[in-house]
This record gives sequence, structure tokens and C-alpha cells, in this order.
Amino acid sequence: MARFTIRINREERSTESPPNRPLLEVVREDFGLTGTKYGCGEGQCRACTVLINDLPAVSCLTPVSSVDGKSVTTIEGLSTGDQLTGVQQAFIDMDAAQCGYCIPGMIVEAAALLKRNPRPHRSEILDAMNPHLCRCCGYRNILSSVELAARALEANDA
Amino acid sequence: MLQVMLADTAITPDDGSTAGSRTTPATVPVVRRACAAAREMLVRVAADEWNLDMSQLRVEEGAVAHAGKRLVYAHLARSKQLTAASDNTVPRGVPLTKTADWSVLGRTLLKTNAREIVDGTHRYPSDIVRPGMLYGAVLRPPRYGALLDSVDLTRGKELGAVVVRDGEFVGCAAKTSYEARAALEAIRRTARWRTAPHPSSERLGAYLKRRAQRSGGGRRGPRRRESGDVEAALAAAGTIEASYEIPYVQHAPMEPRAAVAEWDQGRLTVWTGTQRPFGVREQLQQAFRLPAGRTRVVVPDTGGGFGGKHTGEVAIEAARLARAADAPVSLRWTRSEEFVWAYFRPAAAFEARAGLSGEKIVAWDFAAYNPGTAGIETPYAVPNVRTQYFPCDAPLREGSYRGIGAVGNNFAREVFMDELAGVSGLDPLAFRLANLDDDRLAAVLRAAASRFGWSQSRPSGQNRGTGIAAGFEKGSYIAICAQVRVEGGATEVERLVSAFECGAILNPRNLQAQVEGCIIQGLGPALDEEIRFADGRLLNGSFTRYPLPRFRDVPPMETVLLDRPDIEPAGAGETPIIAVAPALANAVFAATGRRRRSLPLQPRAN
Ligand code: FES
Ligand code: FES
Repeated sequence: MARFTIRINREERSTESPPNRPLLEVVREDFGLTGTKYGCGEGQCRACTVLINDLPAVSCLTPVSSVDGKSVTTIEGLSTGDQLTGVQQAFIDMDAAQCGYCIPGMIVEAAALLKRNPRPHRSEILDAMNPHLCRCCGYRNILSSVELAARALEANDA
Repeated sequence: MLQVMLADTAITPDDGSTAGSRTTPATVPVVRRACAAAREMLVRVAADEWNLDMSQLRVEEGAVAHAGKRLVYAHLARSKQLTAASDNTVPRGVPLTKTADWSVLGRTLLKTNAREIVDGTHRYPSDIVRPGMLYGAVLRPPRYGALLDSVDLTRGKELGAVVVRDGEFVGCAAKTSYEARAALEAIRRTARWRTAPHPSSERLGAYLKRRAQRSGGGRRGPRRRESGDVEAALAAAGTIEASYEIPYVQHAPMEPRAAVAEWDQGRLTVWTGTQRPFGVREQLQQAFRLPAGRTRVVVPDTGGGFGGKHTGEVAIEAARLARAADAPVSLRWTRSEEFVWAYFRPAAAFEARAGLSGEKIVAWDFAAYNPGTAGIETPYAVPNVRTQYFPCDAPLREGSYRGIGAVGNNFAREVFMDELAGVSGLDPLAFRLANLDDDRLAAVLRAAASRFGWSQSRPSGQNRGTGIAAGFEKGSYIAICAQVRVEGGATEVERLVSAFECGAILNPRNLQAQVEGCIIQGLGPALDEEIRFADGRLLNGSFTRYPLPRFRDVPPMETVLLDRPDIEPAGAGETPIIAVAPALANAVFAATGRRRRSLPLQPRAN
């Protein structure tokens, strides 16, 4: 057991934990942030995607010790206050969720993509999103949501 | 704000299960009647308040209106008259809005809980947290059929976990799932098992036929239906025959089955993701000898089940752990447990025989081993028909699945139809239409074919080919045209055009998402999915080894939704899948000249 301090969703929090415990379980069980989902625990579905120092990572394969002192953003921390981010709003407007279980991971990934590349080509979106599994297979509406969010960004910039 | 509650056995009525595409034809009308009654009551309150006759009032956008005045529903709902309403004051038989006058139904409406889904606050069953809650983990046998000989629980207890053994059940509960797993791991090392021989997934079709139950009766026994004289007609026309096979597949829902169980003075409450809340309550009552009044099952919006979430095993396991721990326990199966221990869509074998006279089918003889009986009867007009169903003593645990029996039955039938078309010399579309007197099925076939450009010159050669298939099930109709390119062992779907009809369309965008999601999901079992097992172990029970459709697998697709306002709506979540595999198999034949009679179409040996 050791003490780890993480800046999570802009707030400093710490927890006592075995060093190799997955970050996914720390955010869900210790911090009560259940928006990040378990899908496989082996890096194959990306339902558990969070941002570590602004880069997307699979929290199921990230030992908590490796994020000590770093900043972690989960789906709950993506927006500030009541204002949803453009990506979140686009997922609502496109009715992208079926059961919705994969959606937090998708949104975190898409937000990171648009941050590093505000005008992605379709193939770049596919590259970023392809590792994410949606068993409801709502892929078409999810893809349209990311494209819509990108267009909205562009319109805001113009 | 209106809150939708999926199920809570303490307060919602028992509407059976979310299965068989019954939500639209069975639940929707009930909800509509309830809403109509509620509207009537709200109008009555407004009429009283204004001292007007109800017939003078209009309802619009969540309010009752009269001559520029408005009273919103939220205000009216607070009235004493309503809160005191009893069964006698609920009006009965309030007429429903006619399809032609629909202003809410028939339009795209977005989900009411979309915001909670996108901001991460929506709580799925695996997200429920109760005060003092522990996390559970359960010991699984190393092989199918293995029984526990002995196990030493002390190491688990020393690690601080609550440990339970009850017959074959061994589980741990601890403050974190990490600790529960660690305790379970320590126990697992001490477990001794007795194993039994178990078959393998090789030559499964032959295995099933050998173990078919050919006589006996009852609801689960074999079935046979015959009209006309099939043998005579076959003898006269000459017999064409073929056999088909489908393997086991797994639902692999994104959210594995999960439950939180809590005991309070002999009363049990379980939050779980199930398609059968009252069925699971019954399972819990039996497992713990509880009366219904002391057993409550709550179903929060759940990660998609696709027919895989009917049973209550995880609810029972969580409740066992919670009882021993004297604290609420959350249990979520691991991905591996979900692959290995959840029930499978049945594997199946089929034998089809037919006789032709010119372009007409005159005899049809179809035997299905194990797929389930849905969709077993041919929708084509044939004078002499024999249909037989044989349940089999199956090697794996089986259960419901999206479309269930219709998936396999329609695969075998629609590929066989393609083979018969070849013998008749007719084009596969023309052959189907020539043998069809079901207008709705013919309509989706024509709609898909026309959007696809079936009768124009279609791409062929260079390993390209096109295929068509159709089917109907539970009141809805699907036809799919597919274009594929086959390169080595790989089949690339280049284009997929479908037409779907399920009566009056309730919510167009939602319908489109259901139909397309179902078709894309169907690409999995058509092309890649196949559960493989040997010596009692699953050989490909993980997302790495069991390929599922992903973004890049979505082909260019077009979907034609036919609206039939004159027909009561039926469900849409299941039927689209049944035409996917045969359309692709027929396209592969057109591309390569090789007839494919088993799934998946591009099996891999990993
Ligand atoms: S749960 Fe982390 S990738 Fe699947
Ligand atoms: S919406 Fe159900 S898994 Fe993606």
C-alpha cells in the first residue's frame, strides 16, 4: 500500500492503494467517478478511456502508481459547470447513444482528438475511434457526432 | 420532468420480459393508453379550475389551453384531485390519437437521458453505489463440467475478505474489487477440481445431429408440421438438397452482467441489468426462499443485452455475497466470465430439400437442429411443405439472442433459395418474387433491389459479387442487397443496401439506429464470430481473440425505411439481423463460384 496523489478533474485527491491497482478501479471505487466504464480490462474496448496529462489512455491497464502527481480527466471532468463541451452536445444532437455504455469513452477520445487536431479528416477520426467498441454498433451516428463537433469548432473559429 | 423507469418490481407492473421484439407491439400500446388516460385526467383538472367543459379545451406541448390561457401539465399534476386519484377515477378506454393525427409519435425524439449519458452521471447497474458497499468476485471452474472437490478458504480470509462457500459457489467480497480478486486468487490456488470429458467445437453440426431428440413431445420436444405430400412432390420433381451449419456465438455486451444486492432485515433488493425483472425476482425468491413481497428487483437503464441478459445468475451471486458480508455487494462479471459463463446463441445444423417445377417451388422439406423455432417456417408460397425441429443435447449453455432461431433458420433458407434460383435459371430476386405471395416481404425486396440497382448491370468479375436475401419475423420485414469483394480468405463488404418495414414508424431516427446497429452487429456472426472450445475450455473468449465489428468494418450502407401508417407497429431490434449473413454468403458465391453453407464466412484459426 502506498499513498498516491492525483489531480483529478482539476482537483487534488489522494488515495491509499496497492501500486499496481488499475486507475479505472481507483476513479470508480475510491473517487466515485463511475462515468468511466469497464468493458474488458485488457485494452481492447477503450470504454475505460481517460485523459492523463491531456492524452487519452486506457485506465484499465494503467497502474495507479504511474499517474502519481499527474493530472487525470474523466468524462465527468470534461465540461466545466453546466456547460457541456461541443463533443458532448454533438453526441446528444446526433442521438448517438443507444444503450450509451460505450459513449463516455468515445467522447473522451473524440475530445482529445479534436484538441490536438481540430480539423481531422474522416480517416483520422476513424484511426482514433476504431479501437473503441460499441456493441450496439451505433458507429455511424457516433462518427457523425465527431464530425459535427469538428464542424462546430470550425464555425466557432471562423 | 417526466422520468422513465424501466422496471422496479415494487412499483411497476409485470410486463414480462424485454424479448421477442415485444416492446413495440405490447408495451407501447399500454404506455399510450396510460398516457391518454393521464391526459384526460389533466384536462379534467384544468376544466374544473376554469369552470369550463372539457370539450372546450385543447392540449398542446405539455399544457392545456383555452382562449390564450394555458395551464402546464406540471401545474395540473400537483392538483389534489390528481394526487388523490384512485383506480376508480382513472378513465378507461380513452381513445388513442389516430396515426394520421400523430404529432409526437412518428417524429424523431431524442433520448430523455442523453445528457446523463454524455456527462457520465448516468448510473448503469455496475455503477450503483450503496452506503458501506463491498465488491465481489466469484470462483469459476477451470473447465466446463468441472466440479469442486476441495478448497481452502483461510488464505482469502487472512487477506481480510468475506469468503463464502455454499456448495459449488465460492466467492469473496472486500472493500475494493482489487482486494476481492486478490483473496479469490489465493483461494483459487488451493482449489481441487474433478473434470469430466467435454466435446469440442470441431464438427459441431454432426455432433448436434447425433444428439438430436427425435421423438417425444412437450413444449421443448421436437416439432413437425406437414402440409400436402412432400415425398410425392419431391419424387415427381426431383430433389435438390443441401445442409448448413452455424456455430455458437456470444452476445458480448459492452456492460457485462452486473448486480448490487442489499439485505435489510430479511428483505432483499437487487439492482441489476436484466431483460426479465420479474423472472429474476422469481429466481431470487427460489434461491433464498423469500416471498415476493420481500424481494425487489430494480432495473436501471442497462448496457445493451441483445437477448443475453435474461437470467439472474449475477443477482443471485451478489445476494449470496451480500448476505454473508452483511453489507451491500456489487458484483460485475469480468469480460472473461461473460464470454465463458454467460449463455450462448445456439449452434445449429440444417437440412433442406426442395423440388422445382419451372420457376416454382413445389416441395419444401426443412429440418433444423437446435437453432430455436423462430423463423422456421418458410414465407414462400409452396404447396407441399414439411418443417421439422429437433432440439439437441447441446454441449454449451444456450439462450436467447437477437433474432434467435430466425438467424440460423433464415440463413439456411435464404442461401438454399439462392441455390434453387441457380437451378431454376432465374435471377435470385426474380425467383424469390415468383414464389412469394406475401406483399410486405415482396415490397422490402423490391425496395432494397431498386435502391441497390439490382436489375442494372451489377459489378462482377475480379472477385466481386452481389447477393440478396430477405426474411420476416415477429411482424417486421427485411431485405438486404450486398456487394462484396473476396480476396484470399478475406471478404470485404463494399456496399450494403437494406429495406425494412415494421408497420407505422414511431420514431424515425431511433428506428434507423436500431436497424443499422442490428445489421452492423450482424456482420460479426456473418463474417467472423465463432466460439471455439476444446477439452472444456473456450479457446477465444476475449476481445483480442473474438473479433467483433468496429468502426472500420462498417461498410457504405443505405437503409430504406418503409412506413405503413395503416399497420400497427412491430419491433425493429431483431429482424434486420436475419438477412445479413445470407445476403453476404450469396454475394460471396456470386463473387467466387464457391457456395458457402456454414458461418462465419471468413473463419480464422487463432
Ligand atoms: S476496459 Fe479498458 S480497454 Fe476495455
Ligand atoms: S451504445 Fe451500447 S455499447 Fe455503444
